[in-house]
Amino acid sequence: MLKVNDINVYYGSIHAIKGVSFEVEKGEIVTLIGANGAGKSTILNTVSGLLPAKSGTVSFMGKTINGIAAHKVVGMGLAQVPEGRRVFLNMTVQENLEMGAYTRKSAEIDDSIADVYERFPRLKERRKQVAGTLSGGEQQMLAMGRALMSKPELLMLDEPSMGLAPILVEQIFDIIKELNKAGTTILLVEQNAQMALSIADRGYVLETGKIVTSAKASDLLNDDSVKKAYLGG
Amino acid sequence: MLFFSQLINGLQLGSIYALVALGYSMVYGIILLLNFAHGDIIMVGGYIALLAITAGLPTYIAVPLSIIGCILLACIIDKVAYSPLRKAPRISLLITAIGVSLLLQNLAQLIFSAKSQPFPSSVVIPKGSVNIGGFAISYTALVTLVVAVVSMLLLTWLVQKSKMGKAMRAVSEDMGAAQLMGISVNSTISFTFAVGSALAGIGAILYCCRYPQVSPTMGSLLGLKAFVAAVLGGIGSIPGAMLGGFAIGLCEVLVTSLGGSAWTDAVVFAILIVVLLIKPTGFMGKAMSEKV
Ligand SMILES: Nc1ncnc2c1ncn2[C@@H]1O[C@H](COP(=O)(O)OP(=O)(O)OP(=O)(O)O)[C@@H](O)[C@H]1O
Ligand SMILES: [Mg+2]
Repeated sequence: MLKVNDINVYYGSIHAIKGVSFEVEKGEIVTLIGANGAGKSTILNTVSGLLPAKSGTVSFMGKTINGIAAHKVVGMGLAQVPEGRRVFLNMTVQENLEMGAYTRKSAEIDDSIADVYERFPRLKERRKQVAGTLSGGEQQMLAMGRALMSKPELLMLDEPSMGLAPILVEQIFDIIKELNKAGTTILLVEQNAQMALSIADRGYVLETGKIVTSAKASDLLNDDSVKKAYLGG
Repeated sequence: MLFFSQLINGLQLGSIYALVALGYSMVYGIILLLNFAHGDIIMVGGYIALLAITAGLPTYIAVPLSIIGCILLACIIDKVAYSPLRKAPRISLLITAIGVSLLLQNLAQLIFSAKSQPFPSSVVIPKGSVNIGGFAISYTALVTLVVAVVSMLLLTWLVQKSKMGKAMRAVSEDMGAAQLMGISVNSTISFTFAVGSALAGIGAILYCCRYPQVSPTMGSLLGLKAFVAAVLGGIGSIPGAMLGGFAIGLCEVLVTSLGGSAWTDAVVFAILIVVLLIKPTGFMGKAMSEKV
């Protein structure tokens, strides 16, 4: 479904991503793990078109998408929940969800909003509330709900567990599993490697802009070097 | 009696400032640009209306023509001068805006000479007045107030309820996240310029009806005062721009009626300085963190 082939990404003269290749098959949960600054967010932003790749290709459902403007990629079925949620703080919960469906016909939106409210009842209670007044966990739910509004084939999540209490992290990961069961392919970026690997099918380990290991998630969980670096021994 | 007529007078002037201030505020809200060419767009609007009326076109064609002219001009300026600089430092954008302003003023001087020309205001709004509760209100004041209030209501609806308006708010808050929603940042910015300039075009006609003449530099002082109004209200805030516009208009009329007509401009800028010292974000402005 998603094929990233040998991409190089620069910030000015900083070579942030060095020849990264990976794949996500339909129906999978794939996780990209790595320390701070490894380049995880840079990869997601390159896939979604926010950043240009200097070389290499990104193809999604058979079409090459690098070079296509970010706002056109969403309509092709690829949604991203950005790092730090980035919900529109001055807009209401409902308006945030409407923005998520920006590329869709307005007649179809109401059903999708109802679906999101069913999945996240907390959001429904707060639909008229401005997003800036939501708690961190609620904002994460809103960011996910907003991304789902575009009915994506592939959902990319950038550190959905960031700054959340363990019980909420658990809840968010349950939702990711449910979404996957319902047919959405998932690319998950996490620092919480334990959690990410426990729900993923496969994982890639990223170090300073390069993929150093790729394997089945269950194997990575038992891999000594991965344990040492990312799983606290 | 005198108080009432001065009040109307001040509201009339204030509503023109408010319309122009909205353009400054909206553009600032979305790309953090103080669009110094905004006042000169008003000047162009004034000349288009003048030419159209002199050519014998009826008001209901001349006025929309001038508004459409303002919209097109602003969109062209954005495409040619501002959009190539989206990723450039903000100071480059600011200097470009000043350059565009000078260009428009000098072009107008070249074409129309530096002399001001009379504007046939009575063709647009007939002379005369209506009596409301014993008070005479000129048609010009009445039309200005009604048109300005209706425009502001429409704008509020547009920004709060329409899809494009919501996109505008999303882009002004977070361009990256807006793109991830499928919103085209460039067309949203163009749309913002278009709306701001439509209001400027309306303001231009109303201004020419109040002070019936046009000149290449007419946009400078009007633009500057509207800019003060926008800052006063809290730049980036739409209700703030409206409030700031009315405040400046009322204030000017008050100073004039107290016999200080030579002092009005000085008072306007003094107020700006005082407000900025006491409340740097203006009446309705939020403390905005610098965008990167
Ligand atoms: N806007 C930027 N300008 C310059 N360098 C940047 C920029 N954004 C990221 N970088 C650099 O690129 C590298 C990769 O950053 P990235 O944000 O992709 O890491 P990450 O793996 O997502 O980290 P984290 O887990 O902290 O979110 C880092 O060295 C970072 O300093
Ligand atoms: Mg990151």
